[in-house]
Amino acid sequence: MTIAAPVKERRVVGLAKRLRLSKAVVNVILALVAIFWLVPTISLLVISLRPESLFGVSGWWTVFTTPSQLTFGNYATIFSQGFATGGVLDSLLTSLEITIPATLLVTLISSLAAYSLVFGSWRGRDMIFLGIVGLMVVPLQVALIPVVQLYREMGDLFGLNPYGTIPGVIIFHVAFGLPFGIFLMRNFLTGIPKDLLEAGRIEGAGEWKIFYRIVLPLALPAIASLAIFQFIWVWNDLLVALVFLGGNVHSPLTIFLYDQTRSLAANYWIVSTGAVVSIFVPLIVFFSFQRYFVRGVLAGAVK
Amino acid sequence: MTSVVVEGPRVAAPRASHRRGWWRRNWVSLAFLAPGVIWLLAIVVYPTIATIRFSLYDETATKFVGLHNYASVFSTDAILTAFKNNIIWVLVFPFFVTFIGLMVAVLTERIRWATAFKAVIVMPIVFSTTASALVWRTIFDLDPHIGVVNAIEQTVSDWFSTPGAYPLNSAIGQTAASLASFNATGGPGGTLLSKSAVHPGGTVMMGLTRVSAVTLQTLGAQTPLAPQKMAGGIAGLVWNDFSPLQTSNTTTIVSDEHGLPNLRLSLVSSTGSSVASTVTNSSGDFSFSHIAPGSYHVEILGSNFQNAFVGTFWLGAQSITPTSGLNQTAQSLLSVPLIDLAMIISYIWIWAGFAMVLIGAGLAALNREVLEAAEIDGATEWQTLRRVTIPMLAPVLTVVFVTMVINVLKVFDIILNMAPGSSQGPATTLALSIYNDGFTGGIHSGVASTIAVILFILVIPAMLWNLKKIKGGNS
Repeated sequence: MTIAAPVKERRVVGLAKRLRLSKAVVNVILALVAIFWLVPTISLLVISLRPESLFGVSGWWTVFTTPSQLTFGNYATIFSQGFATGGVLDSLLTSLEITIPATLLVTLISSLAAYSLVFGSWRGRDMIFLGIVGLMVVPLQVALIPVVQLYREMGDLFGLNPYGTIPGVIIFHVAFGLPFGIFLMRNFLTGIPKDLLEAGRIEGAGEWKIFYRIVLPLALPAIASLAIFQFIWVWNDLLVALVFLGGNVHSPLTIFLYDQTRSLAANYWIVSTGAVVSIFVPLIVFFSFQRYFVRGVLAGAVK
Repeated sequence: MTSVVVEGPRVAAPRASHRRGWWRRNWVSLAFLAPGVIWLLAIVVYPTIATIRFSLYDETATKFVGLHNYASVFSTDAILTAFKNNIIWVLVFPFFVTFIGLMVAVLTERIRWATAFKAVIVMPIVFSTTASALVWRTIFDLDPHIGVVNAIEQTVSDWFSTPGAYPLNSAIGQTAASLASFNATGGPGGTLLSKSAVHPGGTVMMGLTRVSAVTLQTLGAQTPLAPQKMAGGIAGLVWNDFSPLQTSNTTTIVSDEHGLPNLRLSLVSSTGSSVASTVTNSSGDFSFSHIAPGSYHVEILGSNFQNAFVGTFWLGAQSITPTSGLNQTAQSLLSVPLIDLAMIISYIWIWAGFAMVLIGAGLAALNREVLEAAEIDGATEWQTLRRVTIPMLAPVLTVVFVTMVINVLKVFDIILNMAPGSSQGPATTLALSIYNDGFTGGIHSGVASTIAVILFILVIPAMLWNLKKIKGGNS
């Protein structure tokens, strides 16, 4: 016993020492990881802030030794072009024209459907919910060709062909946003006590009134998560826009960047500046609603 | 219609009015559900069925061809390449992104600036893959003035061997000896030696050839200066012995020839030891002063011709695995293009934050007492992580892993935007093949639909498994 005690004590001290050391090591490791993770973003920012003439002549990192390279010239050029067709700002506007309606529609339709699935009193609600959740399995690539043809048939039948138009892109995005949206909203709404709705009914409120006066305000956190998730998803989409926008003169930022890249060396200034503009909007959304976004990521693990 | 007694006893109510009552009670609820269901039926369910049908028809969807498209998918090299690349993505990416996410999530718990750190790692998720791919495309650029990776490679390579002023490309068989034209001959170690011996007070001229005009211009080469004798020293000239005006004159200086600047020279005694060194001036002239009497040769050091730095073509399709001697199909199946590696690294940068957030949430929900018990029992941190934390996190880790498998089965944007034209084909994936086969040059529904159906079939098991896990986790 008398021998064992000091040994044990020493071991405890040793462990503490090791922990303290490892804490410093952990900080250094994570600092290096953080720097590595920041380099691409910083490089993009710096390239967009250097004159075009320096691209390919000296690396963007030389800016740290000669900060005088920095200029807002590229941004000035972009803004001087204004909303002219084919410019960065025109694409920014197109991205918003697609993303905002697609987000609003998914949020509204999902909330309505989830409300019906949770608070309706008809049978078979669970089966329908399972069917909708099952649709999350479908990769959107599976639907592309038939929907293009469906759009054409709509054109033949009603004279309204959504192919090549912004609504055409929105319709598709909404469809593929709904399964996850309904899944997320339904899971959240099941947590709302039915008594609250009964109280509304007793006061004579109709379903619609109960929906937007009682349920929607309570569901705001879920709606925020869904809206942010959907917003970023649609904002960053390239494939759906490429397929359904066809040769539309107004293209969202992702297509704008894709088109410019095919002649990368020639106009990288506009690619980098356009890319900064394109990440600016989701970054604002992300930092303003980080909490909801993380919640959406957690819930949307399946998408 | 309104006279129907809804609240009446159900048994007594006539059948029709019972149904009408049901309708009346539920029509609002059904109307709430209708837009979503109709939308899904039209744009998800119907097209899925249509795609399955298209996969059994020819490219214009007019003639039934049975399983012909499926057979051709598995016998087309370009599509086999897509399968191969998807397999590489699935084998490499989910493992590394989960591993990195786990490490980062575990370590983040011990720092005070965890919030800032997490924001940095998560940020790339909100960027479009298009923008991220463009950033990484420059990072991996071949030109060390654009790509930071090759710039680092160049810096490191320069530590070991500084490229000379007159770099030769040994890969295409260029040697220093092949440059010798007048009074010069190849020496050991890629050097050039003056043929004739020289004594103090004498002069030496060495003619080289095949130095490119670009090199001469970059180095600021001037008209050659004939060397002037100097007492107790050796003066000389090294020049580019090639005149476009007098191509046959290889022994004397012509006015439109150039001296060769910046050449590192050494004066070698008859015993073979170097006694002095110097560098040529912009006219190619040089001198060694205070030289002891004796017989000497001038040596042009091999370092002058050191290979120029050739970066790594990260975005190229050259294979990591040996593929020489294989036929086309075997190559499609067995080559691992280098760009896959570059793209996977970039994709990890995008998705590690997602893994970290999910695993971090799992960690936060862990039973702290078990971890503390392990620590008290004297387990090292590594042991705790391996034996306690990871097994307890297994459900979350598998969800992350499977989600990433699904994600890379559908990988598309990063290839389209990161691979230069020459690498698009070798780096293609199933999702990219669907787009290229189906939508370039008009709509071709046959093969593209077939690939889409195969992609669907590949995704289903992973997706169902994930849904089950998540549903189980919620209840």
